Amino acid sequence: MKEKAKILDKETIQKAVQRMAHEILERNKDKKNLVIIGIKYRGAFLAERLVKAIEKIEKTKLLIGALDITLYRDDLTEVAEQPIVHATEIGFDISGKTIILADDVLYTGRTIRCALDALIDFGRPAKIQLAVLVDRGHRELPIRADYVGKNLPTAQAEVVEVRLEESDGKDEVVICEK
Amino acid sequence: MNSILIKHGRVVDPANKRDGVFDILIKGGKISRVAKKINEKAKVVIDAKDKIVSPGLVDMHAHLREPGREDEETIETGTRAALRGGFTSVFCMPNTDPALDSPDAIKDLAKTIGKTALSNVFIIGAITVGRRQEALCDFSAMREAGVRWFSDDGSSVEDPELMVNALKAAKKEKLLLIEHCEDKKISKTGVMNKGFVSTKTGLRGIPKESESIRVRRDIELAEKIDTRIHIAHVSCLKSVELIKNAKKKGIRITAETAPHYFSLTDEACQCYDTNTKVNPPLRTAEDVEAIKIALRENTIDAIATDHAPHTDAEKGVEFDFAPFGMIGFESALSIAIEELVDKKILSWPELIKKLSLSPSKILGIKKGTLTEGAGADITIIDPEKKWVYKKEERASKSSNSPYMGKTLKGYAQDVIVGGRLVMKERKLGVCS
Amino acid sequence: MREIITNVATNKKPVWTKKDLLGLEYLSREEIELILHTAKSFKEVTTRQIKKVPALRGKTVVNLFYEPSTRTRTSFELAAKRLSADVINIATESSSIKKGETLIDTGRNIEALKIDIIVVRHNASGAPNILAKAVRSSVVNAGDGRHEHPTQALLDMFTLKEKLGNLEGRKVSIIGDIKHSRVCRSNIWGLTKLGVHVTVCAPELLIPEGIEKMGVSTTSNINEALDGADAINVLRMQFERDSALAFPSKGEYFREYGITEDRLKKCKKNIIVMHPGPINRGVEMSSEVADGTNSVILEQVTNGIAVRMAVLYLVATAKR
Repeated sequence: MKEKAKILDKETIQKAVQRMAHEILERNKDKKNLVIIGIKYRGAFLAERLVKAIEKIEKTKLLIGALDITLYRDDLTEVAEQPIVHATEIGFDISGKTIILADDVLYTGRTIRCALDALIDFGRPAKIQLAVLVDRGHRELPIRADYVGKNLPTAQAEVVEVRLEESDGKDEVVICEK
Repeated sequence: MNSILIKHGRVVDPANKRDGVFDILIKGGKISRVAKKINEKAKVVIDAKDKIVSPGLVDMHAHLREPGREDEETIETGTRAALRGGFTSVFCMPNTDPALDSPDAIKDLAKTIGKTALSNVFIIGAITVGRRQEALCDFSAMREAGVRWFSDDGSSVEDPELMVNALKAAKKEKLLLIEHCEDKKISKTGVMNKGFVSTKTGLRGIPKESESIRVRRDIELAEKIDTRIHIAHVSCLKSVELIKNAKKKGIRITAETAPHYFSLTDEACQCYDTNTKVNPPLRTAEDVEAIKIALRENTIDAIATDHAPHTDAEKGVEFDFAPFGMIGFESALSIAIEELVDKKILSWPELIKKLSLSPSKILGIKKGTLTEGAGADITIIDPEKKWVYKKEERASKSSNSPYMGKTLKGYAQDVIVGGRLVMKERKLGVCS
Repeated sequence: MREIITNVATNKKPVWTKKDLLGLEYLSREEIELILHTAKSFKEVTTRQIKKVPALRGKTVVNLFYEPSTRTRTSFELAAKRLSADVINIATESSSIKKGETLIDTGRNIEALKIDIIVVRHNASGAPNILAKAVRSSVVNAGDGRHEHPTQALLDMFTLKEKLGNLEGRKVSIIGDIKHSRVCRSNIWGLTKLGVHVTVCAPELLIPEGIEKMGVSTTSNINEALDGADAINVLRMQFERDSALAFPSKGEYFREYGITEDRLKKCKKNIIVMHPGPINRGVEMSSEVADGTNSVILEQVTNGIAVRMAVLYLVATAKR
């Protein structure tokens, strides 16, 4: 795959996370019931960063969880490569909570659909809001993000790669051509 | 008068200690002349250059299933398969339904053989009535019907007293007993050789002693009564040692083995292929080695197929439930070439002897020879030809062979029975 | 979490490509580890309020049991249901004499019903191997004769891993009727592949020929088997079968081989005691041991569901 352009770097990613943290706090005055759940794996790292950013601003540490959506995929038996199932780690009851669901890229919306199904199996949250680092468009389901780090119009032939320190050794978002 | 001239072939005829390029002329169903060069005109001329011209092969141990199990094999399909394998004479075992235990049963089957057999077929009679191991058959009456060989193959004669009586009766009538050596009290419900592979697969094991202990008993009884005995399908080292020592002592014992006992080990059973379920079972590498050496040292006199057809439905079940046996006519020669000649265990004359002259001598029939004036049973072998043993091209009614689908080396190309060319370039049918 | 990241970095993702699970003899170490890893995720599912995920929605599993079994069948049934698969149970008898439908015919009929996975329990060793060759559906061995019982061994290993972490270099002894035990054979294949030192312990007549070639030590001395062991797996003695020949009475077996608190005192302090069930209390082990702090017998039962979910999930989504 050929890299076409670098969209975000370490600094701009940090700024985007910072801004999303502010927006989340602005919209949710009741911090007591606010939790963040990231979609494994990069969404979980984004969740960790949001928690840290919010802690800096408000001096409160939000509860955090990580969600593996493999078993909820609608293409599970058709995908070319068998996905590895990982454990979901949500150490608290989500009933009555406002959940900030975090993921790296919002594309067709199918992953978020899986995540919503999975979350509902854990309990009945008061609200679920969606935070993504990049929204690249081309939705196939009626889903939209509440917090977006970067809106990025793309062609379908393009691939958006989010790389994070925790998983890839460096922070950047690039656009590649298939 | 029909005549056939076989030219330029390597004639291997152990009876006349002949191994060289000769022409053979066949006239009036007999071998008329064997000479370096024969220029006489013949109706059929076969160019046997680079081929081996052998006396027709003799299989002293086969199951043709008629009467009773014509769904597995018939005299016709069985002898077709025999010819495809190069066998011009076949001895059929009496474990049919009903068993071949009376002159009437023998005469009925002889009629069928007369009508439908494509090769020579000799009938082996049962030792006990109905193979029930209670009373001996009427050996002398059956001898009248033409049977000189007796066996309860499929089972051993368990009761030693009955065996003593059988041996005595056989001695008196100058008959040969062929013994399936298996002590059922030891083999019990086993389905494969007992050892690492049976442990691993969880299949019930048959110890080697179930065979060797019975071989030991039968040797002792034959010695005591001072008569002949033939041990069928020898499969293990211990039996080989016992037979070797008995021969040294001058006891009149002969023995045969089958191709699967010098080509396959019990590891073949680990995929639960029911075609590898045979009795005696496939043994270990040590036994395979011992069988090969025994063939070279003439401890084992003959190679027989123990051709045992079973339908796909019978074999297409759990290993525990499948019947014992594999077919062997069509693969035996190829396996023997690959395992014995190519691996320098036997020379060509030695192999041909084990497949023709030796069994003929043991059984007392005038076969296995290319002597001038003898009946013309001849097998022409292409020793190098690679071929695939295809299920859809088989001649046997059954296909229960672990060699099915495999590429084998060498086969019978032309076969002559009683002076008639019954297989020409692998095609069956009377051609002269 | 970090372990998987390394895998992403090296791009070496373990994959499951097999249609069937017939035995642990046929699996690589990596495949066994993948099952155990996957089972860990499924264990989390079984602890939720809603113990169900839609992973195998629309798939059908048949439990084809030729031998009576409540535990294994229930465990497989629950596993399939928690994956949202539909489950049918067929209990039948097999016989060489009875003129019934053959195993292969039964298999093909089941396949014609568009079944995705056949879970088979059979009294004849190798029956699942024969079935797997005859059908395109996945076949999962739920115990065949004396051959293998792979999911039992996997749940034993899963339980051990939970308690001990890495199993490499650990010592596990299997005690009881080794000769007739499929649980034992599967455990031997699996544990030795993970680098465990396995000792099998039984009266001499119950140690089958050539078993040491499977990579285990053998002993008939119970003290030798217990000495230094990190865990013991105690097999069920089946006096109704021919193992009775090897030992005249239950009382005598208990005296010679039974696991008691006295015997445990001489072992490693945290020795793990496992049993595939159902237990003969007072034969293989005392009630005190079965219910004691070293026993993980009930955890094994719980883990069985997670492991079977993992197996069903992997064979159903295998890339063939």
